[in-house]
Amino acid sequence: MAEEKIAVYICHCGTNIAGKVDVEEVTRWAAEQPNVAIAREYKYMCSDPGQDLIKQDIKEHGITRAVVAACSPTMHEPTFRKAAGDGGLNPFLLQMANIREHCSWVTIDGDAATEKAKRILGAQIHRLPLNVPLEPIEVPVNPNVMVVGGGIAGIEAALKLAATGKKVYLVERDSSIGGHMAMFDKTFPTLDCAACILTPKMSAAGKEPNIEMLAYSEVTQVDGYVGNFKVKVKKKARYVDVDKCTGCALCTEACVVRKVPNEFDQGLSKRAAAYIPFPQAVPLKATIDPTRCLTLTGKKCKQPCVTACGPEAIDFDQKDEEIEVEVGAIIMATGFQLWDPTPETRYSYGHLDNVISSLEFERISNASGPTGGHIVCKNGEPPKSVAILHCVGSRDENYQEFCSRVCCMYSLKFAHLIKEHLPETEVYECYIDMRTYGKGYEEFYKRLMNEGVHFIRGRAAEVSDVGLSETEQGHLIVKVEDTLLGITRRLPVDMVVLSSGLAPRDDAKATSQIFGFGCSANGFYLERHPKLEPVSTITDGIFIAGCCQYPKDIPDTVAQAGAAAAGALALVDNPTVKVEPTISYIDPEKCSGCHICVGLCPHAAIQYNAEKDAAEVIEAACKGCGVCVAACGSGVPQQRGYLDEQIFAEIEGALVI
Amino acid sequence: MSDQFEPRLIGFLCRWCSYNGADLAGTSRMKYPPNLVPIKTNCSGRVDPTHIFKALAEGADGVLIAGCHPGDCHYINGNYRTAGRFPLMHKMLEQLGLEPGRVRLEWVSAAEGDKFARVVTEFTEEIRALGPLGWKTQTDVDPAKPGTAASDRVEEAVPA
Repeated sequence: MAEEKIAVYICHCGTNIAGKVDVEEVTRWAAEQPNVAIAREYKYMCSDPGQDLIKQDIKEHGITRAVVAACSPTMHEPTFRKAAGDGGLNPFLLQMANIREHCSWVTIDGDAATEKAKRILGAQIHRLPLNVPLEPIEVPVNPNVMVVGGGIAGIEAALKLAATGKKVYLVERDSSIGGHMAMFDKTFPTLDCAACILTPKMSAAGKEPNIEMLAYSEVTQVDGYVGNFKVKVKKKARYVDVDKCTGCALCTEACVVRKVPNEFDQGLSKRAAAYIPFPQAVPLKATIDPTRCLTLTGKKCKQPCVTACGPEAIDFDQKDEEIEVEVGAIIMATGFQLWDPTPETRYSYGHLDNVISSLEFERISNASGPTGGHIVCKNGEPPKSVAILHCVGSRDENYQEFCSRVCCMYSLKFAHLIKEHLPETEVYECYIDMRTYGKGYEEFYKRLMNEGVHFIRGRAAEVSDVGLSETEQGHLIVKVEDTLLGITRRLPVDMVVLSSGLAPRDDAKATSQIFGFGCSANGFYLERHPKLEPVSTITDGIFIAGCCQYPKDIPDTVAQAGAAAAGALALVDNPTVKVEPTISYIDPEKCSGCHICVGLCPHAAIQYNAEKDAAEVIEAACKGCGVCVAACGSGVPQQRGYLDEQIFAEIEGALVI
Repeated sequence: MSDQFEPRLIGFLCRWCSYNGADLAGTSRMKYPPNLVPIKTNCSGRVDPTHIFKALAEGADGVLIAGCHPGDCHYINGNYRTAGRFPLMHKMLEQLGLEPGRVRLEWVSAAEGDKFARVVTEFTEEIRALGPLGWKTQTDVDPAKPGTAASDRVEEAVPA
C-alpha cells in the first residue's frame, strides 16, 4: 500500500481546547507520528480560513488523509468533510478526533488532558491509512409530511406546510383537534379568548385541501428512515359514518347513557355515550364511546341515537381501520398533560372540596364550561376569597425539578379573571418567584398588583379544613410562610387553585420508542441540540414542536411549530437526501449460507440468495448498525467505514502511549 | 503527577446514545478521570468480542461498552445483541483468568451526561484497585507502519 500523507489539524477552539490542552505539544507530537506529513494548529478550524487550510494542503501538498482534532464530530464532521470534498479529497478520508467534549472540557489536570488528547488523536492517526473513499447514497424523498398531534403546535405546523403545497397528514388521538388550548378560557397576557383565536386555525386546518385530517386516530408503527417513513395509523371506530354525519348533535341529546364524566370539562360535568367533545370541534362529527354505549357493551338499548339521526349515520358494525401512509418527514406535536396534584397530599387535592386544579379552574371560568362561566364553589356559591398556589409539583426535588414556565402567568391570569367576575373577592397568590419573562408579561404582573391582589412570597405548606378559630371555621386554611414579612400566615379561603406544572405525557417514552428517538432526563422529547437544533431529534427526518419538547407558552409553541415546519420543508422540498454509506457488505464467495445474520438484522435488510447460497445485503434497507458483522462466526460481513481492521487500528492508536 | 497506577481504558460508545451522552458530559463541563479513550461505532451491537480481546491485548487494563437503554436502540434491537453477547464473553474471559470487573457493559442515554461521568469515574477507580492487567504481547504490527498487516485485507474486503 502506498504511503499515506496525513494532515493533522489541532484546533484551539479559542480557549475551549487550548485553555486546557497544550495544543503546541500535541501538534509537535502529531508531526512525529507515522504517516503524518503536516501538523498544524489553528484557533478556529471551523471558520472559513480554517477550512481553507485543509483545502490548500490537499491541493498544494498532495494530502491523502486528514484528521481534525477539535470538537465532537456531531458538531462539525459534516463541515470538515465538505471542506475536504471541496479540496478534492473524498470526504470519508477525513476523521475528527474529539478533544473538546471528551477531553479539554472534562479533565481537570492540563498535563493529563494533553496526554488524553494525544491518545484520542493517535487512534484516528492509526485508523486513517485504512479509510477508503466512499460515496454517499442518495435516496429519494417522499414529499409528504406527517404531523402527530392536533393541538396548537400541530395545527400551526400543518398549516404552514400545507401553505407551501406539501401534503400533510394530521394525526390526532382525540375525536377533535384543538388540544389543551381549546379548554382554556382566556390566554395571557392579552386575555384573548382561547377559543376565539384557536378556532379560526382549527377551521382552516379542517378545510385545507392539502391537509388530510386523521382525527380519532393513533400511530401504531413506524418503519423506514429519513425521506422514506412508512407509518401505520389506526383510525379508531367512531361508530358513526363521518361522510354522513352533519354534526347536528341530536344523537348526543337522545342518548340514554348520560352520566359519563366529561373529560373536556375535567370531570366537572357529564356527557353522554354519544358525544361531541365541544361545540367548535373539528371535525364536527359525533363519536360513540365504546366503553359506555349500551349496544357496544353488549346490553339492550332502544338506540334512540339511531332514531334521532336523520342522515342515518350511526353504524354499530364499524371497525377500526388500519392504514399505511408514506411520508418523508414527521413532526411530533403531542403536547403535555397537567401534573396531577394528588401525590402532594399536603394540598388535599381530591380530599377536600373546592381545592381545584388549574385546568378545572379554566373550565369553571369558561362560559361554555360546566358552570356557564360563573366562578362558584361546589355548593354553587361564589367564593369570597381564593388562594392560588404556585409551583405545585414544580421546582420540587420530590416531583418535577424543573420550572414549568407558564404557571406564574396563568396564575396571574386566574387572579385577574376572579377579580373581573367577582370584584369583591379577595385573591391571594402564594408564589416563590414571579416568572413574568415574556413580551407584555411584566406589565401584566404590574396590572395585577394594581387590581388589589395579595401577593405572598412563600410556597404554601398545606391546605386543610381544620379551623383553629371562629373566623377559620367552614373555610379552607392555607398555611404559608410569608418570607418578606418573616411570619407564618394562615389564610382562610373558600377556594384553592393549585397551579401545577406541565408534565410529559404518561406515554411519551413509549411514543418516542415507536418513532425511534429519545427523551430527556425529565421525560420530555429530546432535541438534537438545546440551543442550535431545538426542533430536530437525533433521528434525521423527525422533528418536535411545542410542549412535548418542554413546557412553553402559546407564542413560543407557535414559533417552534413554524421552525419544525421549516425543518421538515427543507428536507422534503428536495427530490433526494444523502444518507451515510456506512452500510454492510457480504462477500458471496466467503459466505457459507448459515443464515445467522439473516434473522438478526433489525431492519430485515439481509436476505438469503439461494442461487449463490449466500446471504446478501439489501443496500437500500441497511442502516449500518453492524450487528451482522459482529455476529458472523466467519467474519464475512463487513461494514464500510467501520471495518474490523479500522477498529483494531483505532484501538492500537489509543494505546500507543 | 503521582506515582499511582493510571489505568488505560478503552470505551466503545454507540454513536446515537452513549457517544452523545459523553458529549453532554462535556458540554456540561462535568469532570471525570482522563483514563478512558472512547471509540465510536454506530451501534453497541457492532462491538465484537475480538475488539475487546484486541483492546486487552494491546495493553488496556479495562474495557467499557456503552449502548442505548433497552428499547431505545436507534437500530431497534442492536443493543439486545450486545446484552446477549456480553455474559457469554464475560464467562470466557473469566475462564482465561480475567477479573470480572475489567470488562463492563452500561446503558447510557444521550441525556445521561452525569451517568457517563459517574460510570467512567467509578470504572477508573475499580480498575485502579485491580491493578494493571499486563496482557500486551508482541503483535505483528510494526509501530512505524500502523495497520500494514491488515491493509491488504482492507483493500480487497469491500467494494466501494
